[in-house]
Amino acid sequence: MKSIAEAYKDFPILQREHKGHRLVYLDSGATTQVPEYVINALETHLKNHNGNPHRGAHILAVEASEAYETARDTVQRFINAKYREEIVLTRNTTESLNLIAFSYGMHNVKKGDKIVITVAEHHANLVTWQRVAETTGATLEYMYLDESGHLKDGEMDKIDSHTKIVAFAHVSNVLGMEFPVAELTKRAHDVGAVVVLDGAQSAPHKKIDVQALDCDFFVFSGHKMCASQGIGVMYGKRHLLEAMPPFLLGGDMIEYVQEQSTTYNEVPYKFEAGTPNAHGAVTLKAAIEYLEQFGMDNINAYEKELVAYVLPKLVAIPHVHVLGSEDPQEKHGVIAFTIDDVHPHDVATILDSYGVCIRSGHHCAQPLGAYYKVPASNRMSMYVYTRKEDLDIFLDAVKKVRPTMGFED
Amino acid sequence: MEMDQLYTELILEHNQDKRNKRLLDTFTVSEHGHNPSCGDDLTLQVDVEDGIVKDAAYTGSGCAISQASASMMIDIIKGKSVEEAFRLVDLFLGMIKKEVTDEAELEELEDAMALQNISNMPARVKCAVLAWHTLKEALKKEAN
Repeated sequence: MKSIAEAYKDFPILQREHKGHRLVYLDSGATTQVPEYVINALETHLKNHNGNPHRGAHILAVEASEAYETARDTVQRFINAKYREEIVLTRNTTESLNLIAFSYGMHNVKKGDKIVITVAEHHANLVTWQRVAETTGATLEYMYLDESGHLKDGEMDKIDSHTKIVAFAHVSNVLGMEFPVAELTKRAHDVGAVVVLDGAQSAPHKKIDVQALDCDFFVFSGHKMCASQGIGVMYGKRHLLEAMPPFLLGGDMIEYVQEQSTTYNEVPYKFEAGTPNAHGAVTLKAAIEYLEQFGMDNINAYEKELVAYVLPKLVAIPHVHVLGSEDPQEKHGVIAFTIDDVHPHDVATILDSYGVCIRSGHHCAQPLGAYYKVPASNRMSMYVYTRKEDLDIFLDAVKKVRPTMGFED
Repeated sequence: MEMDQLYTELILEHNQDKRNKRLLDTFTVSEHGHNPSCGDDLTLQVDVEDGIVKDAAYTGSGCAISQASASMMIDIIKGKSVEEAFRLVDLFLGMIKKEVTDEAELEELEDAMALQNISNMPARVKCAVLAWHTLKEALKKEAN
């Protein structure tokens, strides 16, 4: 196995400087950096095999199809899906969730039914369900959390016989915490509901086995796991995908087109209209290969180690407050925090002046912010290339925030 | 840019001083403005009488730049005619877009001139202009 401690050397962008400082990239929850291995894979593809997949008989069309379909096989293996047709390649997590909402939700949810989600969902896993509820006359119900980020007692009882869909983040993009997947999934299946699992913040960081999870849909993005932006995955159980109507219409998703009617291609192609992002698929395959050199379990362990190092030190800084649990064991490389009297946008600008990149804002989870009465926060998030030295630089910069803003302590 | 050039004393002062951050008892128009990407969110109330901005104030939450900018703006538009206020908004936006660089001309903006440097920070421009765009919308409503 390749050593994670050396991983940062694989990322050319981490060599650059910013404002006289070495760049410390702590915004991997938003998007990750790309290693040389993935950059090379894309370059090789573009220089040798670039064509339009599934179209034409010439050598480049054939090789592009092969590259694209091999990427699908790699994803199937990566998340242990039973069939390759269960892997639909999309633009990102958001598009995957829209596909599920429009093709499954709109056709399987009726007036009087319920959709149950948590209050911590990313807007992509929330606004989509609002729309389904508005259109179908169903009710959107929220499961609420306690101060430490855990589901409150009794909230799971909201999953009842009226529930058709239960959607939630595997790992919250704000709290960095895992929801109780096994229990929620069992409850959902007991009442005949399907489970939509948002894996945007889990698939990059831990081993995923969709058969063991038994979720009905699982979605994630390539760009949060070292691939390029614009490639994502929607996994769905085959019998569900087969029964769903297509989402986007156009080329490649058809079988026969007549003037007034069309028969559709089979899964997964009926969900992949238009020229697909084969370039992105090439990078996704390479990114998976790159990550698997370390082993997903080792990546998970490494990130836990980083959290255990930085979290207690961050919490100990006066005027700093962490959202959700302060137990390092419960966090997956994502820590959201606030600093008294300083708006997160200012915190991010000050940290940037030390070369430290973090995210500020509502992290696309406004209802969670409103619920916790923290409309905006700072978020630092880590990945394989994060080093303890980076965390020391980050902590030092955090300590300088309040003095910069004119506060004495 | 160095942090002390961005967070100048004037900006820190306006950010922490809450005299323009309040609710008005009477006002003729109110407008809500926000930056969805970063969460700056403010509501501007303006009291116009006989074509003159008699009073103005804002509420909401946002970063130091957005708050200071709102406060500075309110200081200079009070007592001005609506036409004057429109002109000042355009002057400020012109400064941020680097279309107006003449110092003498910009002096009309008083404290808000301190935000000139923001034009070099693309990530923060929208914080600085939020209050001004909101004012423009409010005055358009008022004019109708």
